[in-house]
Amino acid sequence: MKKILISFILPVVLISFILGSSVRAATPESKDPIKVVIMGYSGDNIIMQIYGELISKLGYNVEYTPADYIGQFAGMKSGDLHIGSPGWDTTAKDVMADAWGSGNVLNMGNIGISVFEDWWYPLYVKDKCPGLPNWEALLDPVCAESLGTIETSPKGRFLEGPIEWGGTGNLRIEALGLPFEVINAGSDAALGADISAAVKRKEPILAWTWQPYWLPAMYPGEFVEWPEYGDGCYDDASWGPNPNKTHDCGNPTGFMWKSAWAGGESIWPKAYDVWKKFTLDEKTMGDLVYKSDIDGIDTMDVAKEWIAENENIWSEWLK
Amino acid sequence: MNLLKKYSQSTFFFILIFFILSILIPKFSFFNYLIEIPNNFKLPIAKNITIITKWLIEDANLGIFSFKQFTRAIGSILDVPSIFLKGLLATGFKFEISSGESILIQPLSWISIIFIFVMIGVWLKDISLSIFVAISFFYVALFDLWQSTMITFSSIIIAVIIGIIFGTFLGILSFKFNKINKILTPTFDFMQTMPVFAYLVPALMLFGYGPAAALIVTLIYAMPPMARVTKNALDQINSEIVELGQMVGCSTFQMFNKVLLPTIKPRMMLGVNQVIMLTLNMVIIASMIGAGGLGYDVWTSLKQLRIGQGFEAGIAITLVAIVLDRLSQKIASRRPTYDRGELNFFQKYKFFIISFFVIIVTWLIGQRYSFFFALPENLTFSSGRFWDRIIDYININYHSSISLVRNFFFIYLLKPVKFFMLSTPWFLFVFLVFIIGLRIKGIYLGLQCSILVLFIALTGFWEKAMITLYLIGVCVLIANIIGIPIGIIASQNDRVHKITKVIIDTFQTLPAFVYLIPVIMIFSVGDFSAMIAVVLYAIVPAIRYTDNGIRQVPESFIDVATTAGCTKFQILRRVQLPLSLPDIMLGVNQTLMMGLSMLVITALVGTRDLGQETLIALSKVDPGRGITAGICVAFIAITVDRLINAWSQNRKLELGLN
Repeated sequence: MKKILISFILPVVLISFILGSSVRAATPESKDPIKVVIMGYSGDNIIMQIYGELISKLGYNVEYTPADYIGQFAGMKSGDLHIGSPGWDTTAKDVMADAWGSGNVLNMGNIGISVFEDWWYPLYVKDKCPGLPNWEALLDPVCAESLGTIETSPKGRFLEGPIEWGGTGNLRIEALGLPFEVINAGSDAALGADISAAVKRKEPILAWTWQPYWLPAMYPGEFVEWPEYGDGCYDDASWGPNPNKTHDCGNPTGFMWKSAWAGGESIWPKAYDVWKKFTLDEKTMGDLVYKSDIDGIDTMDVAKEWIAENENIWSEWLK
Repeated sequence: MNLLKKYSQSTFFFILIFFILSILIPKFSFFNYLIEIPNNFKLPIAKNITIITKWLIEDANLGIFSFKQFTRAIGSILDVPSIFLKGLLATGFKFEISSGESILIQPLSWISIIFIFVMIGVWLKDISLSIFVAISFFYVALFDLWQSTMITFSSIIIAVIIGIIFGTFLGILSFKFNKINKILTPTFDFMQTMPVFAYLVPALMLFGYGPAAALIVTLIYAMPPMARVTKNALDQINSEIVELGQMVGCSTFQMFNKVLLPTIKPRMMLGVNQVIMLTLNMVIIASMIGAGGLGYDVWTSLKQLRIGQGFEAGIAITLVAIVLDRLSQKIASRRPTYDRGELNFFQKYKFFIISFFVIIVTWLIGQRYSFFFALPENLTFSSGRFWDRIIDYININYHSSISLVRNFFFIYLLKPVKFFMLSTPWFLFVFLVFIIGLRIKGIYLGLQCSILVLFIALTGFWEKAMITLYLIGVCVLIANIIGIPIGIIASQNDRVHKITKVIIDTFQTLPAFVYLIPVIMIFSVGDFSAMIAVVLYAIVPAIRYTDNGIRQVPESFIDVATTAGCTKFQILRRVQLPLSLPDIMLGVNQTLMMGLSMLVITALVGTRDLGQETLIALSKVDPGRGITAGICVAFIAITVDRLINAWSQNRKLELGLN
């Protein structure tokens, strides 16, 4: 039995070596796989896949590793993950600061895309709340009740993201005296499902959304306009329209930040250099997300298409 | 007077007093400390656990290496088989021959894998199994899920094998040594009832992001049933068999290997079945920490609200579960054949040789022709937006009537129960549990259970624990109200039995995420959506245990009843139901366990229970908070489990069963 096995396996291995397709590329510093995080959001996936495909061109061994948005920072700290999916100022400011501060995770600069998160409504809500997008329209009890559900009635419902995202909806409601109650969706998937179903049946809804994201791209809607955020609004009560409370303003905007495991810089210096140089503008990002989310094209195909069409941009990064 | 005496002895009386008091006490601000636990009573449990975990991860030292290095080493050993299998089945191997030059050896061809599984069916002389396996794998290939399925398949196989080995080993240990059993039984309770998110952070820190951590987390959840079943099976072995083994002079090892294990094998298959099912339950969570595969497909499709794609991948998970389960059951029940001596080498190993040839040939061709390692994209298929349209249609056309039902439940069931639970003084609750335990089995059980409840109160998670109890309690109630009658019907009618079996098997393995998102789209975020998801999952044991329990009522009882002239309904009501009540109660117990294991899911809908607490802890990377919340869930589960089990034992004794 053993003999048969050996006499089979040997030629098989040999033949496969001959048949096997061989790849030749520029020599990278190390063939150790670089673990590039993908989280499953189309926008972030496209960014990571463009980057991953580019450094593959340099001959690096890329391993796309599925990870969780917040969890990835713990992974980068310990060196289990190498190139992190972009962190947003609006949702991961503290986690990023903690990771960068630890010395094990590098801040590789911002991608060049400003991100924005706030209260969003589909356009038809304006019929019930005529003053929108100005926030004062929400003070009207009739408007609020039309946005309410059985859980919140007679107050309106503001559907916020998961509680661990650290939303400040409650504080803003209190500061501005809005007749609303916060209901938390437990996950981004649940939030998206609720909003999208409400929009489809033309039911008034007021919810937390961000940009760039497929939802505001897909459904016509607007963000509520608040007293603009300024330094001090979140910690100085005297700031803003309500002199006794903080949080009487809109959400601060921010950027998407690149992170990477610090230990990798000496292993794959060129790949890290590319990541530092990597930028995209908002318009491009919007178009790419649209292609994936609305046209339903696979994110990897979107990434490859962008690479094929924009050699003049990325060839600069690879220099 | 007599009447009063009688009532004062019944548990019912105490429950009545409990209700009255819990409504009265909150009315007086004097009793405030009974309702809300004063802050200086609370123990800093979460904080201390965080400190211990951090110490374990950062500073703990085992002499020459640190604890973390030790766990990492285990992790990298565990990675080896799964990386190999993954390469073989899904991704292929990349070799470097000289610097900068590498060759890729493709994975085994999908054709050969389908072929092998069909051949296993043929070898087991079960053609219908072959057909089922073939259809399942073609489904996977056609829906362009082949690679994901193979990744899931390889990680599942490793987890199941390790789970079975370790489970059996621990089962044997706790059978042999009573002391170990006393430690392991509550440990298993913890492992099975703690929400996964509770120990995800420490697992990630100790084993790193990737398949090893996913494997560990899966094993924690899926392995205990194997150990329990092994221990039970060994307990129930007839002493004559052991004596026979001793008489023929078996060594200890021979005794286990040749005498005991074969005897208990049929029982142990139940454990194998549970390991497979529970491992597949963990596929989605595992994908969140780097296992990839079908779980990742489900999770990302649902994030982007591609319900159809999520559903396709979810069905693939279910099919993998059923294929593995059926195959393992079949292999275990195979009878050895004895007349093999006259066969020549080829006849003896024909299936093996044919399969081997097919593997090699398709694999070799696959190195050159991509058709053999992946079905070309233009041949694959997707239900695309079909499912999304169905959900949209329901959502748009039936929403008003659906929200009537939702509102009805909210106003008349969810809201009052929640209010009641939150306003009930904690002290009263501890006392009630004590009384129930006392009435069922005695002061020891009462004390044991009430201490667990007291602990929850002292952690400071009382409010969230009450919301948990309210939500899961309501779900368990509904699951049993619907499930037990279905189980009764299924027990009386073989056709219904078969249909329900297929349906409940599907619900047990289909990831809850698949139906969670459609449920939210139709019922919107809130406790009601969570309730539907939990009920759909927790109803399975209610149906299964009722059905099995009634079917296992000894024939002789029914014969006697028939001779006595009972109608079918009378037999059911007077004989079958009372006799199977202990089993049905175990089913109730299981619905509760299932319900609690769904806390991870309810947290993702947005309920404010202990599941949410573990999720918050996860994002704040605060191991203590998560573990403490997890312990609270486990304590709820253990308390109810002990009470129901003790009651069920009493009842069995009374009925003269067992």
